[in-house]
Amino acid sequence: MRDFGYQRAHDVSGAVALLGADPDARFLGGGTNLVDLMKTGVERPARLVDVRELPLDRIEVTEEGGLRIGATVTNSDLAAHPEVRRRYPALTQAVLAGASGQLRNMATVGGNLLQRTRCGYFADVTKPCNKRVPGSGCPAVEGEHRNHAVLGASEHCVATHPSDMAVALTAFDAVVSYETADGPGELPLTEFYLPVGDTPHLETALPAGALITGVTLPPAPVAAHSRYRKVRERASYAFAIGSLAAAMDVRDGVVRDVRLALGAVASRPWRAREAERLLTGGPADAEAFAAAADAELAAARPLPDNRYKVTLMRNLVVAVLTELAEEAAR
Amino acid sequence: MTTATRLTPSVGTAHSRVEGVDKVTGAARYAGEIPFAELAHGWLALSTVARGRIRSVEADGVLGMPGVLAVLYHGNAPRVDTDHVGLLGVKPEPTTALFQHDRVPHMGWPVALVVAETSEQAREAAEALVVTYEQEPHDVAFSGGRPDAYSVDSHMPGATEKGDLESELAASAVVVDAEYTTPEEHHNPMEPHAATAHWDGGRLEVVDSNQGSTWVAQELAALFSLEPSAVRVRSEHIGGGFGSKGVRAHQVAAVMAATALQRPVRVVLTRRQMFSLAGYRSPTAQRVRLGADADGRLRALEHRSLSVTSTVHEFVEPSSGPARVMYDADAHHTANEVVRLDVPTPTWMRAPGEAPGSFALESALDELAEKCGLDPIELRTRNEPEAGPVSGLPFSSRNLLACFQEGARRFGWADRDPRPGLRRDGRWLLGTGTAAASFGAGAAPSTAALTAEADGTFTVRITASDIGTGARTALTLIAADALEVAPDRVRVRIGDSDFGFAMIAGGSMGTRSWGWAIMAAAQELRERLALGGGIPSEGITVRSDTSAAVGALAQKERHSFGAQFAEVAVDVTTGEVRVRRMLGMFAAGRIVNPLTARSQFTGGMIWGISMALHEEAVRDRTSGGHVGADLAGYHVAAHADVPHIEADWVDDPDPDDPVGIKGIGEIGIVGAAAAIANAVWHATGVRHRNLPIRPDRVLLAAAAGTGARDA
Amino acid sequence: MAPAPSSTSSAITLTINGEKYPLSVDHRTTLLDALRERLDLTGTKKGCDQGQCGACTVLVDGRRAVACLQLAVAAEGREITTIEGVADGERLHPVQQAFLDLDGFQCGYCTPGQICSAVAMIEEHAAGWPSAVTDDVRPEAGPPPLTAEEIRERMSGNLCRCGAYVSIVQAVAQAAAVDEEAAA
Repeated sequence: MRDFGYQRAHDVSGAVALLGADPDARFLGGGTNLVDLMKTGVERPARLVDVRELPLDRIEVTEEGGLRIGATVTNSDLAAHPEVRRRYPALTQAVLAGASGQLRNMATVGGNLLQRTRCGYFADVTKPCNKRVPGSGCPAVEGEHRNHAVLGASEHCVATHPSDMAVALTAFDAVVSYETADGPGELPLTEFYLPVGDTPHLETALPAGALITGVTLPPAPVAAHSRYRKVRERASYAFAIGSLAAAMDVRDGVVRDVRLALGAVASRPWRAREAERLLTGGPADAEAFAAAADAELAAARPLPDNRYKVTLMRNLVVAVLTELAEEAAR
Repeated sequence: MTTATRLTPSVGTAHSRVEGVDKVTGAARYAGEIPFAELAHGWLALSTVARGRIRSVEADGVLGMPGVLAVLYHGNAPRVDTDHVGLLGVKPEPTTALFQHDRVPHMGWPVALVVAETSEQAREAAEALVVTYEQEPHDVAFSGGRPDAYSVDSHMPGATEKGDLESELAASAVVVDAEYTTPEEHHNPMEPHAATAHWDGGRLEVVDSNQGSTWVAQELAALFSLEPSAVRVRSEHIGGGFGSKGVRAHQVAAVMAATALQRPVRVVLTRRQMFSLAGYRSPTAQRVRLGADADGRLRALEHRSLSVTSTVHEFVEPSSGPARVMYDADAHHTANEVVRLDVPTPTWMRAPGEAPGSFALESALDELAEKCGLDPIELRTRNEPEAGPVSGLPFSSRNLLACFQEGARRFGWADRDPRPGLRRDGRWLLGTGTAAASFGAGAAPSTAALTAEADGTFTVRITASDIGTGARTALTLIAADALEVAPDRVRVRIGDSDFGFAMIAGGSMGTRSWGWAIMAAAQELRERLALGGGIPSEGITVRSDTSAAVGALAQKERHSFGAQFAEVAVDVTTGEVRVRRMLGMFAAGRIVNPLTARSQFTGGMIWGISMALHEEAVRDRTSGGHVGADLAGYHVAAHADVPHIEADWVDDPDPDDPVGIKGIGEIGIVGAAAAIANAVWHATGVRHRNLPIRPDRVLLAAAAGTGARDA
Repeated sequence: MAPAPSSTSSAITLTINGEKYPLSVDHRTTLLDALRERLDLTGTKKGCDQGQCGACTVLVDGRRAVACLQLAVAAEGREITTIEGVADGERLHPVQQAFLDLDGFQCGYCTPGQICSAVAMIEEHAAGWPSAVTDDVRPEAGPPPLTAEEIRERMSGNLCRCGAYVSIVQAVAQAAAVDEEAAA
């Protein structure tokens, strides 16, 4: 690890000013990802601006009945918050499905959104990686890609986004707020992560030097009937090989509203809009769920060793929506 | 002792660990935690190519970095002598020939050590160190079909053959012919390898984390051409070993640097470095052919196992070994073969041979039971051999069937419907499976010193190693009984090569070998004390050496046995497999401390869960190195993967051991993965012959439909 | 070796087990290395140094955290409790006592982390936090009972390679019951 300067910010504008336009400076939140990447040499910042003490640690109900979540709220506090559990239970489930109790106590909402991929090639500086060293190549395409992307990837990068939290936030139309030297801005989470294309090193649409200040969830009554299911190669403390955040409002056997976001299948949480479109207004039965899943996954371009993900996601959609439909019928 | 009333024996009753308070309060100090004045920190730099030559090590580039004290590499390192055979009868691990030449035989080969004032400085400099290579094409592709495989003798013959295999197979009513694979697996003890070396008045002292301090001391003395008495190695607390903690590059590096700098130097491996430098269990590709009469009696048994070794050392994972013990057949052929690739050298890992071998053999037995329409336990009962199938020697004791009978009763096996794929609990399909286990029971020569102190207490000094086995506590109980005193009057000091040679913690032989030496010393001490005359202030010390007694053991088939039972739940729509319960019944000699012994057995069984469902190191063919070489990429079972597990034992004292011990460190893992795989078949109807049984494998097998019953 | 304060090091005071420890740290120094290499508090273990094993679990402001991903300089101003501060003088904490009595460890290396984790986990549960295996996370459902399944999930951030999980779960359950009795 290269040596670096350290400054602690006490307010948002101060934090933004401290970072300035320095490309070698990074905001430090919980450090659960950044410090690890610094140890492995993937990140080599010359300066850290610690934002953990910024007054962004609150969760508030908005006037419209949504939630505004501060960027430094820890994953634990987010998951445990009664309004999150009541209004967006899948968000609590998603956060609790991630990492471990220790890491959730440290990790922040802002940092979670900016997590880097867990691709083994990305994490190993002795190997090529287009995301880490643009133009160096992607060994995963021909190599180890069992847990890589099947949707929205390119031949330049097949890495997945590792966050569970962001999958649920994506399903619920979260909007990311940020601050820059030029003032505040907002980005819907569905536009926050950039398409991979031939620039996998460019991951988010955040302006340079921007500090994430929070996430706003619009009111979504459907979210009260939501669920997050995560499949992984160990029962806990492992990244997803496939996950699903789903919310569905069923009345008289008809789908009134539905939200679906898929995790661990793309470089970003994958909002399944095609499936949602097909399901809305239709019957809440297994056949319709499967047809919707198939339509969404028609765009999948799996590699030889991750074809299973297409089946897995189809099965997850059917299983979770069936459970939600059964609950609605009760 | 003359005044002591006869005490209740300590051996056989539960005792919490004598060092337990130190371990739960954080007071116990492990190798990297002993403070030294003027300590410098060494950080290894490893090769980034899988084969070739080092063209340059640009040490000058980092010598000016803050705190950097030295860079050691093949251009300036002292010579070491690797042409010797160590305590375990094998040549030194090849990475102990540290910095001796410019060849790179595998990715992660140690190419330099950077020493600095702080670990942060050492790490940064080691990572900044530029090493250039002449890269050569490498071959890391392990598979069952390698034409360059050859059989290798290890502590057992490479191949055994009796009878005409093909004709017995042809005459068999039922034949199983299947290939099984197990992946590269890593020990991953929680404590990374760590050593601090320093010179103290002309004597080399090494504070280490190892499985045998005499072993390490002797190897270091030989490597550095020192008198054996000039090396002292201590290893008081060890954070797990499982076969990986012998003599390795980090100790050699620490000694080289301490010698060059004349100050204490500590070298600690990172978790990632451990994947290249700590040894591992080879992947295996195994073929098992079984031929049986309609009643299940075996006519033919063939077990061939291929494992990998490096280009610089021959290590064989002897996975066909269990077949030589467990089952006889008119034609009985076994072979352990290796192929040499550009990979690190594998080593012993908990139940070497038995763990992967029992997965293949005990899965094949289950397949045979299915084909014969026989209960798997009945099949094994019908194939109990009278004598060693290969050796013809009698068994010292073989209580396998007692384990199956008692285990079946407790597990509720009698109610089992043998048909697969019938039981469901919500989204989960349920199944149960069983498998047999065996592991060699042996003893090795050891010495012990036992002192009767003037205050009426006793001190044992023995170069034993407690890697978590509970050996320190077990030896305390053994000594207490041998001396007929309460355990609190006995202090057992271990992990110091100055105490004299002793067996390592390995081969499930440690506690038995050390206990034997303590029994011998205690007997002599009691005789001395019986003469009367009081105890001088320095105490009365006797020494024992069991070389003659151990050497006089009659040749027999000596093994522990066990029966493993597992219940699993499988969601074939997601591929998730969960173990719901396990039971292990063991016949493993006299149990010294039931509390810690149960932990040993269940710990081994959890290794079985981990092996069955999780563990797999992935090697990238293009680079020749690992992908995901860390504890997030290499999964070991976590709390949530482990259900309630029961382990118990039947009475099985070894008549040829003074305490009755057989050894329990390894048998818990043997057969456990097979029991789980057999349960997965029972749940789903699909045979999983490739470990680990990952979600993608379960999912694809299920998605392929009922036609495909194998994965 | 203590670096002099500069742009890449700082003079800080850490509060550990109720005591103040002034020291100068290289910014790269993690809380874990500060404890082990600088303050001779070696009870906190380094298993992976990457947040992947939980051996270095300590309490930061009462909550469990991994010390390997916590920079020491960023820990200034926080109350840190390590395994050395868990017991009440000579009297073991109920979690420690249960680990000892039920053999909730083998090699002992993951043990301080397991114990610190369990101490905080029992409090998290008492505060009503749900877990990934809690059936119904809505606040109306009330806090889940601390079943073996709940303990396993909540303790999964602490790997034990020896496989002492069965007795660890028993020990945590026993200690949690002691806690509940005390609260009742």
